Amino acid sequence: MAEIAEGGGGGHSKGKKRAKKGSTRVDMTPMVDLAFLLLTFFVLTSTFSKPKVMSLVYPAKIDNPTPDDGPKINNAITFLLSEDKIFYYSGQYYPKSAPGPKGPTKLEETDFGPSGVRKLLAEGNEFVLSGKIELQKKLDKKQIQDSVYINMLTDLKKKDKALKVLIKTDDKATCKNFIDLIDELKIAEIGVVAPVEIMASELELLKEKLK
Amino acid sequence: MPKIKMPKSSPSIDMTPMVDLAFLLVTFFMLAASFRSSEPVQVTTPTSVSDKIIPANILMVTVDKGGRVFFNMTNAEARRELLDNMSGKYKVGFTDKHREEFGFMESFGCTMRELPGYIGLSSEERGSARTLGIPYDSTNNELKDWIFYGNIAALNTGKTLFEEAKKKGDNPNVNDFKPKFILRVDSKTLYVQAQAVIDVFRDLNLNNLNFVTSMEMPPKK
Repeated sequence: MAEIAEGGGGGHSKGKKRAKKGSTRVDMTPMVDLAFLLLTFFVLTSTFSKPKVMSLVYPAKIDNPTPDDGPKINNAITFLLSEDKIFYYSGQYYPKSAPGPKGPTKLEETDFGPSGVRKLLAEGNEFVLSGKIELQKKLDKKQIQDSVYINMLTDLKKKDKALKVLIKTDDKATCKNFIDLIDELKIAEIGVVAPVEIMASELELLKEKLK
Repeated sequence: MPKIKMPKSSPSIDMTPMVDLAFLLVTFFMLAASFRSSEPVQVTTPTSVSDKIIPANILMVTVDKGGRVFFNMTNAEARRELLDNMSGKYKVGFTDKHREEFGFMESFGCTMRELPGYIGLSSEERGSARTLGIPYDSTNNELKDWIFYGNIAALNTGKTLFEEAKKKGDNPNVNDFKPKFILRVDSKTLYVQAQAVIDVFRDLNLNNLNFVTSMEMPPKK
């Protein structure tokens, strides 16, 4: 071991050489050095978090889309993504040329933080979230089985009252923005998610907002 | 009062426990470490709360920061079948060595024409070779063919594996053996570029896609 040799360099001063009693100890310093070197190497190179996957079902492509194929669901919210920015409007889209009951659609800005999108979605999807809690309670009390719970939850998410989400992106939005939003939708238990093509008039609205 | 006598001791410390611990940790990290594979492209995936692990039978398309597209799939057998189909379609010849090598290759992102040369490189050379990605525009949509034939090949191998599992007396779920489509995008990739690749999948009527993400803590209730 890391021992400091005692008693001078082998009787150099006295002239007479005395047979030294051999120590049974081995110098472990090089081994320890190596051990720590390896330790450092493995600590730094190992990656622990295995990559995960997040599944997303895209709507099937329609061969001949009719121009007036826009979704006619009222309980929907549309998110428009741009570079690290997120805008939304709820319900139907009303262009400036044909304003709806509340006038033309205006975009609202929000953010990816917990008080932004998450709060918005939690409020909008109250119906599913409260339903989920009830189902969870039943599951905890063993009144329903796991598979039943999953089926009921899926059904619940598809009901009319559940919030539906449309996602539109402009050409500056990054995948991080997109995945972050999908992630928030998963947290808020949104069942129906549709990434769709942005309309020209929406793009104009977005550009106006970004100015 | 007795005089306190300082024990004459050597200035060395017994390091044995420390060494024990160090080796224990070395062993642990050695066994627990999963190394980054030598992919030709480094991708920083976005984070999500999802906790699904990557399934076994997959086709993976990577889109890097600049929008270059790379293709990868599991199962060496399926890969060779895929290469045969692709070489028939694009009239590009591959030697048996190429076929063998292709089965164990990582992601690749080059045109069919460049592929024989690319397979011929060593794995280090592949890492530094700048390829332009698999073309996927409408005039030359090689990616579509890779996915199409890859899907067929993966379905075939999945089927054989399923039959084998059935023979063994397990009760396998068919869906576990079907190929899954994985999209690995960089956080900074523009979504339009990813969308172009997604559209290729959708053109083939493959609508269920999986995004590779790294773990993120779910929000506290």
